[in-house]
Amino acid sequence: MPGSNTTDMAEEIVVRGGTVVDETGERRADVVVRDGRIVAVEESIEVPSGATVLDAGGCFVSPGLVDLHAHLREPGGEIAETVESGSRAGALGGYTALVAMPNTEPSIDSASAARDVLALGEKALAEIAVAGAITIGRRGERLAPMGELADLGVRLFTDDGNGVQNGGLMRRALEYAFGLGVVLAEHCEDKQLAAGGHMNEGAWSSRLGIAGESALAEEMMLARDLALVRLTGAPMHFLHLSTAGSVEMVRAAKAEGLPVTAEVTPHHLALSDAVVQGYDPAFKVKPPLRGPADVASVRSGLALGVIDAIATDHAPHAPERKEEPFDEAPAGMLGLETALAVAHGALCLEPGESAADDAERGWVPPRAGAAVSVGELLGWFSWKPARIAGLDQESNGAMGSRGGQGGPVRPGAKAHLCVFDPSATWVVDPARQASRSRNTPYAGRRLTGKVRHTVFSGEVVVLDGEAQR
Amino acid sequence: MSIDELVEVRRAPAVRHLLSINDLGRDGILEIMRLADAFAEVSERPIPKVPALRGRTVATVFMEPSTRTRLSFETAAKRLSADTMTFTAASSSTVKGESLRDTVETIDAMGIDAMVIRHHSSGAPLRVTDWIGASVINAGDGTHEHPTQALLDSYTILETLRARQGGAEPHDLSGLRIAIVGDIKHSRVARSDVLAFAALGAEVVLVAPPTLMPASIEGWPVQATGDLDAILGELDVIYLLRIQAERLGEVLLPSLDEYHWRYGLTRARAAALKKDALIMHPGPMIRGVEISPDVADLPASLVTRQVRNGVLVRMAVLFHLLGSGEI
Repeated sequence: MPGSNTTDMAEEIVVRGGTVVDETGERRADVVVRDGRIVAVEESIEVPSGATVLDAGGCFVSPGLVDLHAHLREPGGEIAETVESGSRAGALGGYTALVAMPNTEPSIDSASAARDVLALGEKALAEIAVAGAITIGRRGERLAPMGELADLGVRLFTDDGNGVQNGGLMRRALEYAFGLGVVLAEHCEDKQLAAGGHMNEGAWSSRLGIAGESALAEEMMLARDLALVRLTGAPMHFLHLSTAGSVEMVRAAKAEGLPVTAEVTPHHLALSDAVVQGYDPAFKVKPPLRGPADVASVRSGLALGVIDAIATDHAPHAPERKEEPFDEAPAGMLGLETALAVAHGALCLEPGESAADDAERGWVPPRAGAAVSVGELLGWFSWKPARIAGLDQESNGAMGSRGGQGGPVRPGAKAHLCVFDPSATWVVDPARQASRSRNTPYAGRRLTGKVRHTVFSGEVVVLDGEAQR
Repeated sequence: MSIDELVEVRRAPAVRHLLSINDLGRDGILEIMRLADAFAEVSERPIPKVPALRGRTVATVFMEPSTRTRLSFETAAKRLSADTMTFTAASSSTVKGESLRDTVETIDAMGIDAMVIRHHSSGAPLRVTDWIGASVINAGDGTHEHPTQALLDSYTILETLRARQGGAEPHDLSGLRIAIVGDIKHSRVARSDVLAFAALGAEVVLVAPPTLMPASIEGWPVQATGDLDAILGELDVIYLLRIQAERLGEVLLPSLDEYHWRYGLTRARAAALKKDALIMHPGPMIRGVEISPDVADLPASLVTRQVRNGVLVRMAVLFHLLGSGEI
């Protein structure tokens, strides 16, 4: 084993007994970590004395997960989440990198605001990248200083929470961003077509008497943006796509060769609008939970490569806000701690005994015979989003050593690892979430698949499902 | 059935709350109808009051103003000898920012047996059932349901048929064709009426311009049309909904005049109805929009009757949920 005769005192970590999975495939291997890097990946390793052993028996050992879409709420929303608490939630979910969304107060629309969040990230339990705002204050009026932010390493820009309503402004933003080599990400929602809706427009909204938001609110802005990508040649990323129509449009755009990527959330993979029938604002989210046919479409969109990544849209809200009536409560749900297990249940398992009952209540069961491998699932959570976020490459800039996310798991790589036990079952307890908020839609739900350990830059931040700091 | 016989028919309450007509189902609706009949007899007495709910407390919590409905519930509670208390948003701490949960928990802690809730948000009464121990009665939630309105509408139709048929009691609304006309999309009355009328066997037709129809009526036991004139002659009951001026700002209608032109119950349309067709409206009625002024006072109009029956039906609901059988 390389370095086994070293005389330095650096502690070694051995991840033992698991199946290593990354972009290059799967193999039985132990992984040795020292000084923040992977130093060996071999089928059977003799554990050096003094090494910390992480039991990975029955588990997949993958590159750490990368979330393209996390609302960490700092600055301005610390009552709901902080960079630290959000990163702890992320670590428990297997994440070693989070892209913090810019809809903070103030918005991340200046270099100083970005620098503040990146500085908070220095003490976090995962790498914190930031997405910058496209426009000042996310108001859709004037462009944010994207060049200055790009020089800080910001790769993604979005007014997330708001779609950019003005098509003329979006065209200029794309042209400008293209010149900087950064990517604009759209929250597709035409405000006029959304018409103040609080849930998906359809049979359930009509029956429940809740104002509906049409799928067209998402699809019209997506169609506009795809036309702008065709015009400008600038790449775009589409956040949290939720409808069958969106999947079809992105499929056609990719077939045409447009430089676009897309993400879907775990909740849009697992839940339909029928879950709103109890009026629990835990299920209120933007875009709204859609019908079962849309859920089937976003699932197959992943399997066909139309959708590139699964991103949480982790959106903490203080408990009292979610005790308001459905139409008054804010939209958004927690996701970091449950994402991998929820997506695993939706995509990698066969339907269980309760499938019919679940479907009626809005928990869309996995489709029989359609299960994908855990390796494929981890690709949507790790190496694919790492590339979209530009976090796959290592960099050593003004903000220190960054990147090296998404694998592959091989000697010399940064030690960002997620150890996932696909057969462990657990019940989601909102009171035990590391997030400062409690607004998980999965409260009381039994999930299959659990992150056992997380290694971030060579530090064991989660051991046996417990955060270590 | 006399009030004294209620002890005999009284069963353990099937539900503790009344949030939707679906909580009652056909049997529950018919029981409410029977109880309302008994309370109609009580209301004819010199002292129209029974001790059925003596010692019980009913709180009316109105987060949206509706004096008419609140007074109806409070009158019903008092005729059953319950104590009442009132909480209205305008006079309350909600204007100081108190949450709905804190408000209802505070009232519940005073020791109440039932909370009658009117709220501008759909589903608010259902959420409240998670937070308090008292029975919850939905007095209208957002654009969702208004079950006691549907019960009094059903009762009023049954009562009228019975009076006409001179003693041969109609069991339910089978064979009746009922049109509900107006802003179906935003109407909690329509949602409850559809469920109640259909449960009692009526054929229900929704009539509205497409902009005022729900996005989907999949699974609703109804037909739908935009053409009122085409069906007028087939109707046994025409139920008119209130049109609110704010729908113009939402670009759902060109103008109230145009609505009146297409859907208002004018004298000409009233003349095209069957001779004994019933004209109903949940009130408050905007004369000149959904109905012409001269039609609203036709003898066939049941608007006043509906108000009287509201008290009887709400007595029945309170007794159904809270009554122990001891009169």
